[in-house]
Parts: sequence; C-alpha cells; structure tokens
Amino acid sequence: MTGIPFITPVPRRSLLALAGVVALAGCGSSDPLTEGTTSSAPSSGGSAGGATIVIGSQDYYSNEIIAETHAQALEKAGHKVKRQFKIGQREVYLPEIEAGKIDLFPEYSGPLLQYWVKDTKARLADDVYAELKKSTKNGLRVLDQSPATDQDSYTVTKEFADKWGLTTIDDFKKVTVPMTMGGNSEGESRPNGPKGLEATYGVKVGFKPIEDGGGPLTVKALKDNDIQLAIIYTADPTIAANGLVSLKDTKGLFLASHVVPLASKNVDDAAAAVINKVSAAMTPEDLIKMNGRSVKEELPAATIAKDWLAEKKLG
Amino acid sequence: MNLFAQALAWLGDGTHWQGSSGIPTRVLQHLGITLLTLVIAAAIAWPAGVLVGHTRRGSGMIGAITGGARAIPTLGLLTLFGLWLGIGLSAPVLALVVLAIPSLLAGAYAGIENIDATIPQAAKAIGMTPAQVIRSVELPLALPVIIGGLRSATLQVVATATLAAYTSDTGLGRYLFAGLKTRDYPQMLGGALLVVVLTLVLELVLASCQRLATNRVAHPERNLP
Repeated sequence: MTGIPFITPVPRRSLLALAGVVALAGCGSSDPLTEGTTSSAPSSGGSAGGATIVIGSQDYYSNEIIAETHAQALEKAGHKVKRQFKIGQREVYLPEIEAGKIDLFPEYSGPLLQYWVKDTKARLADDVYAELKKSTKNGLRVLDQSPATDQDSYTVTKEFADKWGLTTIDDFKKVTVPMTMGGNSEGESRPNGPKGLEATYGVKVGFKPIEDGGGPLTVKALKDNDIQLAIIYTADPTIAANGLVSLKDTKGLFLASHVVPLASKNVDDAAAAVINKVSAAMTPEDLIKMNGRSVKEELPAATIAKDWLAEKKLG
Repeated sequence: MNLFAQALAWLGDGTHWQGSSGIPTRVLQHLGITLLTLVIAAAIAWPAGVLVGHTRRGSGMIGAITGGARAIPTLGLLTLFGLWLGIGLSAPVLALVVLAIPSLLAGAYAGIENIDATIPQAAKAIGMTPAQVIRSVELPLALPVIIGGLRSATLQVVATATLAAYTSDTGLGRYLFAGLKTRDYPQMLGGALLVVVLTLVLELVLASCQRLATNRVAHPERNLP
C-alpha cells in the first residue's frame, strides 16, 4: 500500500473520503483479520531461495482454517508467506493457480480430480489420490493427502433415522414414505444427487433446491420435515449440533474428499515437508473440532490454527 | 462474444421451452412472484404514502425510513426470513416486499406532497371532504409520480426475484444458480438475458402507463388543440 501523498492540511471531509479509499484498498489485498501476522514482503519478481509463497483458500471457513495452519507452519519454519484467502469457488481460483499467481492451496482430493477428469471412475480415497497425482499438470503437484476429510454425505434427522432404522444409505430402501432431498440446485444433475442415489442404491427421491450449501436454511428444512435428506459436508459441526445423522456410504457413491494441498514449483521440498507434516497430523475429528470452534465460538481462523498447531506441537 | 452466441443457442434450444422447468413456466412464475410482491407492498406503502402526502406531516421520518430500508441487503434479509419461515416462497416474497416498499412509498408521498398547496386548499374551500380531496384532486394529480414509484419498484423486484430460487424452485433465478454452480455459463447468461428482456418489457409498459397518466389524468389540458 502506498503512503498518503498529502502533507498540507486537508479538509476533514476529504480526509474521511481518503480513509475510505485506503480501507477499501486494504480489503482488496488481504484479510484484515490476519493482517497482524501477514509477512509484509511484496511478491517481487526475485527468485532467490526465500521466494514468497502465496497461499490461497476457498471462500469457505473450514478451508481458510486449513490454509491458515499451512501459513503459520511455513512462517514458523522461516518461509515468507503471503495470504490470498477467500477466493470463491474452484471455477474461479484454479485458473489463478494454473497461471502461477497462487503457490499453495488446500484442496480436496475427489472434487479436484473431478475438475480435471470429469468422468473419473475412482471413488475410494487411495484410488482417487493415485489418479489425482497422474492428472495434476501445468507444473503443479499435489502434496501428501491428509487423513482429514470433508466430503458430501446424506444427512437426516435423528428422529427420521430412528423411526426407519437408518445407519447406511442402503437403509433408505426400508423407508416407505416418499422422500425429498435438499441441496444446491446443481445436485439435481450431479452424480451426488437423486440420479446417483437411484443409480447406485436404487432409491428414488424427489429434489428441492436450497442454495445455501447445506447451511442453516437446509438444516431448518430438515427439521421442518420439508425435506427428509440433505447433502451436508461430513466436517460440518452443525451435524452434531443439531442432532443430525450422516448415513454411511457403503457403495462409494460419494467421491473420497481428503484434504490435499495443491502446490506450484515455488513450493520447494523443504516447504513441502513442512506442509506434509501438518497434513499427516490432521485427523477428521480435528477438522470437525476446528470447524466447531469457528461456528460456535466465532474465533478467527488464525487463532484456531495457532491453537491446533500448538496442540500438535507443530507451532 | 462466443459465450453470448452459446447463450443465444441455449435460448433457441426447443427442449428448454417445454415442461415444468421450461422457460415459459419459469417466466410466468417469475412474473407471478413479481406481481404478488408488488400487490402486497402497494397495499402497505400506498395508503401510508398518501396519508403522509395529504397531511404533509411526517415526510422527514418517511424519508429516513425509506432511505434506510433501501440499504438493507435483500439476500441477508432472505436468509433471516428463511430461518424464521422455512424454505418455500414466503421468505423470498417477504424480502422482496421490503425491497419494493421504499420506492412505492416515496412515489406516493412525494407525488401528493409536491402538488401546489393552494390546489387542495381551493378544493377544500369549495366544500370537498378530505376523502374527496384525496380521491378527486390529489390522486389524479399525483398519479404520474405514483406510477413512477411503481415503475422503479417493479424494476428492482423483477430483477431481484431471481433470489426466490434460493429457497424454492421458482422463477428464472434457478437458471442463474444452476448455471453458476455447474459452470454452465450459457445457461446462466441465457437466464440473465431472460430477466433483462422481462425487465425491459415491464419498463416499457409502465413508462407508457406513466405517459398516459400524465397526458390523460394529471394534465389533460396539454392535449387541447
């Protein structure tokens, strides 16, 4: 950010306007919550050993927490880091990574593979990771995949599960009343929606689009019995908080979706080793717990990541 | 330009014009939501606006309320109402009503308040009751401005009614949400173009209504030879 070019006194109103402009400029470049811990080194063209690693994250709070653990672990190991968090969805940020503007991004194995290989047959964690390694291109590579996973699941209320004795998706066959699935509208055409459920499990359901990605409106619709099953991420703390139950996917309908960092050439082996240690230490339960702290205690990602790294003795 | 051509091709595809999720059905649903919203909003805003304009009291307060209400983000309001009322149409319609009220209210009170104060006074002096003054003097004179308010409210509502698809499978917004999430940009742009066309058609209709109201009702003397 450039300094304020005015030295002579200026009227109060223009100062206010100027402050507004400066504040807006700040919003564009970095997250104010993490400003304090961001290394201020600009990403210059220099390529010396300590090149700045630009870390991105999705506009999804859980992904931002993971990105923050990477950032802090790298900083601790003496690397220069620049945070470019909350960059929308895959369609928006992957071209940026492929263009070399972002060096490190916490991704999810299955959905990332599907981005490159639209009709992939791989479903289970190891198959997905193996194929993903082969499909990664444009000078990018995936680092080790973490045990932590955040994948789609069919979620029902505890009452509904108890009433029909549901523990796996296959158990939907026992249900004799018509069921409606709720989820983002793209679910209607995607393999994780009613079509996939019918193809893999032979269970027919209706569909109601709710565009908040398994958020509070979806949970409310489940509780109101407007829908009977919803697509909600397994790492979502609302599942436990609202007495919901995720059904087990015994036939591999959903893609495995393990946390896997996507890295550019700018991430050298030393930096990759740091990230791999973080990935190995993160369990699925850790991820749910960290997400829960974000949702319930409304803590910033930086604090949650710092506490977790300290707990795992990585910070 | 290529994307634009693809969007036109999407619009030209006959299969998109059939069935319960086809373009005609969704256009009608979209118009239905818009109409329902405007009827509810007008039932609240017009009587209040006329009263304020007629009494020439409380316009400062109304100005503050309408100005403030315009700043409320409709998507946020929709989520709030959705958590209260559940999924379905009631939450988006309620959020759209809040969006429509400021323009309708402003049109009604500004239209009546801006009439030369001597005119209603003259009407009162020849023995008209307050109801007669409103009905026969103030409303006809204010009609162009009231329709102007309706015009801007319609513009906002018809464009924002795409949000109805956020909590229910209704209207043209479905093309935008589905297209965005599946990277089917021709579908998304096609849906957006439909909203634009719909908005322009309504705009033209209401603009001619406003002209008609000016020439025939408020100032018929202008038509004299």
